[in-house]
Amino acid sequence: MRTREELERISMSLEEYELARSYLGREPNDLELGMIAVMWSEHCGYKHSKKILKLFPTSGENVLQGPGENAGIIRLDEELALAMKMESHNHPSAIEPYQGAATGVGGIVRDILAMGARPVALLDSLRFGTLDNPRTRYLFSGVVSGISGYGNCIGVPTIGGELAFEKPYTENPLVNVTCLGLLKGKPKSGKAEGTGNSLILVGASTGRDGIHGATFASLELTSSSIERRPAVQAGDPFMEKLLIEAVLEALEKSDAIIGVQDMGAAGITSSSVEMANRGGVGVEIEVTKVPQREKGMTPEEIMLSESQERMLLCVERGKEEGLRPIFEKWGLNFAIIGQVIPEKMVRIKENGNIVGEIPVDILTEMVPAYDLETKIPENLNRLQTVDSIPEIEDYGDVLLRLLNSPNCSTSKWVYEQYDHMVETNTVSIGTGASIIRVKGKKFLIGVTTDGEGRYCYLDPYIGGIMIVAESARNLICIGAEPLAITDGLNFGNPEDPEVAWYFVETVKGMSECARKLNIPVVGGNVSFYNESENYTVYPTPIVGMVGKIENLETLCTPQFKDEGDVIYILGEPGNLGGTLFIEELTGEAKGKPEIDLELEVKLQRLLLKAIREKLIKSAQDISRGGLAIALAECSIWGNMGIDISIESEKSPEEVLFGEAQPVVIITTDANRERYVEEYFKEVPIRKVGRVIKDRFKIKFNRNSIVDLEISLLKNKWNSGIERWMI
Amino acid sequence: MGVDRRMNFGIVVFPGSNCDRDCYYVIKEILNQPVRFIWHQETDLNGIDCVILPGGFSYGDYLRAGAIARFSPVMSEVKEFADRGGLIVGICNGFQILTEAGLLPGALGRNKGLKFICRYVSLRVERNDTPFTTEYRRGDIIRMPIAHNEGNYYIDNPDKIRNQVVLRYYGENPNGAIDDIAGIVNERGNVFGLMPHPERCSEKILGSEDGLKIFKSIVRAL
Repeated sequence: MRTREELERISMSLEEYELARSYLGREPNDLELGMIAVMWSEHCGYKHSKKILKLFPTSGENVLQGPGENAGIIRLDEELALAMKMESHNHPSAIEPYQGAATGVGGIVRDILAMGARPVALLDSLRFGTLDNPRTRYLFSGVVSGISGYGNCIGVPTIGGELAFEKPYTENPLVNVTCLGLLKGKPKSGKAEGTGNSLILVGASTGRDGIHGATFASLELTSSSIERRPAVQAGDPFMEKLLIEAVLEALEKSDAIIGVQDMGAAGITSSSVEMANRGGVGVEIEVTKVPQREKGMTPEEIMLSESQERMLLCVERGKEEGLRPIFEKWGLNFAIIGQVIPEKMVRIKENGNIVGEIPVDILTEMVPAYDLETKIPENLNRLQTVDSIPEIEDYGDVLLRLLNSPNCSTSKWVYEQYDHMVETNTVSIGTGASIIRVKGKKFLIGVTTDGEGRYCYLDPYIGGIMIVAESARNLICIGAEPLAITDGLNFGNPEDPEVAWYFVETVKGMSECARKLNIPVVGGNVSFYNESENYTVYPTPIVGMVGKIENLETLCTPQFKDEGDVIYILGEPGNLGGTLFIEELTGEAKGKPEIDLELEVKLQRLLLKAIREKLIKSAQDISRGGLAIALAECSIWGNMGIDISIESEKSPEEVLFGEAQPVVIITTDANRERYVEEYFKEVPIRKVGRVIKDRFKIKFNRNSIVDLEISLLKNKWNSGIERWMI
Repeated sequence: MGVDRRMNFGIVVFPGSNCDRDCYYVIKEILNQPVRFIWHQETDLNGIDCVILPGGFSYGDYLRAGAIARFSPVMSEVKEFADRGGLIVGICNGFQILTEAGLLPGALGRNKGLKFICRYVSLRVERNDTPFTTEYRRGDIIRMPIAHNEGNYYIDNPDKIRNQVVLRYYGENPNGAIDDIAGIVNERGNVFGLMPHPERCSEKILGSEDGLKIFKSIVRAL
């Protein structure tokens, strides 16, 4: 029997321990219990989310690999496929921001590599508290440096992402990293197969770092969490770069590699177990064969270490030595640490003696899956009611204030620290969805990550719909047809029924929208327990979405182009529920966000067609900050102004700062007006004015309410983050 | 561009180089010139007319950028190649390696802002009489991206190399480099180091073709 304290140390409940014991039919030894604990942790076992995640649509004509592997894969054309995956590294980043974020990058890159794909792009979705807090600034700059330090060194460009600063993330920053990879031919699988075939550990040596990182990530953060800093791994990007090149070279030169698996959370344990499970076989590991960088490591430490920059290969017996020179050339370990066995068992040996033995099923299929107990939050009604809208004296001032908010302003301070150009494929970043080309191909790839915790906090179902819709709309606006989603779901403690309710409703909303827009979810990540003594994070789903642009000619950009171009608004701007406007001015997220999903489907279809027919000169969707912010961005990016006049029965603040979706701003040549109006007649369309030089002028019901210099907008937009950071 | 000119390029690959394939692409696909990779342990530069030390993080930039790479076996051959008058271009990390190896004067320290910087900068072409810059006019203002942590060029007496400066930051100096120096040649004029990345701006689709002229100049130099 184990004491409660012993179990607490490995984040296991007494009930789970009893269950494990009954499955095993005996008392597990320390090594076995440690392995069960990590595989049953939320982080590895998805025990609170498994059932709900089944709601996502996961199939589609272009899906080559859905959820369940190291990454999802979609077909780009007859020859090429794209691997994509998002992963969080929230807990480590809260404790040790530089290494936490850096190893987050490293882990997701190896997931892509495991599919046999060359990593070609990274994107980061980041959430922090507000920048007036010095610790937030420390976490923010640490995370950005970590991503920069690691991503730049491995030569994978960081081409986008998104960022928000809100109080609920003060103690639990969110770091969700997305990686894309390109591959030719058949994707690899993370499986072990064929009795007698070898398991080979390649890459770095194994140390005592990151032991029980996976169980640590399955706990709430407390004041004592800082003591668990040793559970945070340390990254070596140089080693990772060598690993990328060596693995890709090995895959290209040899057909002896049966399976490739990243070694991330729970180290050798989870990678060998997952490989065995996918192949329907067992594995035997000899721990003394594992290259170690510390002396006297126990089998448990070796099996649970989360040392970075390691991968596990399954290689045909007898062909191992053909691969060795490739890894040695790159200066990497190449160690045969075990073999495939027919019985579905994970057997751990030390100097030939069995020190642990667990059926694979206990560590995989039999991981407990819990039904979530849900409860609608008591304060939901109060949250959804906007009781007072601040009195506005000067709309121009409010616009400038929002533009200067780190939540709207440019994130240049961040992305200029990232090498976003290496690999020479980056066509566009910093304005809406990012675009990369594929050498030798006509088509381009658009990619975006989006998330808005505020919406989900106020209405998770609607919020879930909006996040997916907005991602797709961002792609449509550049002329890309959405292909697939990878997601990162960040929530508090799922054992809290209110958190569980938020989780379930969010996933329902996301699934509904993904189905309506016909975009499959090919993989993702769940991160629970993002809460601490004072805060629970907003329920924060992040959507990473990729799309395909037919060719350079049908690429559309958001900025205003030429004087005299006509500005149209598609959709109905309005609704202050859940807006940044309310949060900035009242200090509280309030109201009910709103989206018309039927209109969304119609609008996206029409807009993509119009862009492909080159009918319009720019397209920009409205999101955080509303119409006024979106118009300001198009002006700033194009270095042009606007002269528009809006007639509405709504209030000016609703129209200017409301975030109802879908709303899109488009421009067209003056001589195409009639054609464009006819083209979009199925959706609400209104002509509001023209592109001019220098000034930003808005009339509302014939009264001038905003009249500003573009240079002033630019200053505010440029300094939102920089004014806080050195 | 003359169709008959065939300049044989060799791109050195150190462990941690990451702009090697980008340079390769420009030379092979945009300029249609023969090019091969040279693994850092090779010592055979036979048939090569121009050696490129590409950007990246050779040996992870551990110890100091370029400090370990200079001990790679290929570097003694590169030195002899330089002595024979062969053309050498070091881009970014390659520039750092050239200064560490003593093939170019000065050193590259950390950016004055202590942060990695990746963005386009403006440059002034100070010399167009080097084999690397004949396609420009003297005084041209061009735009190229930089991407580095250690681009803060320093030399005790900048006057001593005044005639060796090929590129200067124009308008804004992004990293604190002395005398706004962005690229220099050795006294003989056959070894060129620069912090900006010409391979990243050699195609219209990437936003600029200002860098292509460096490669074109080299081909013309044959």
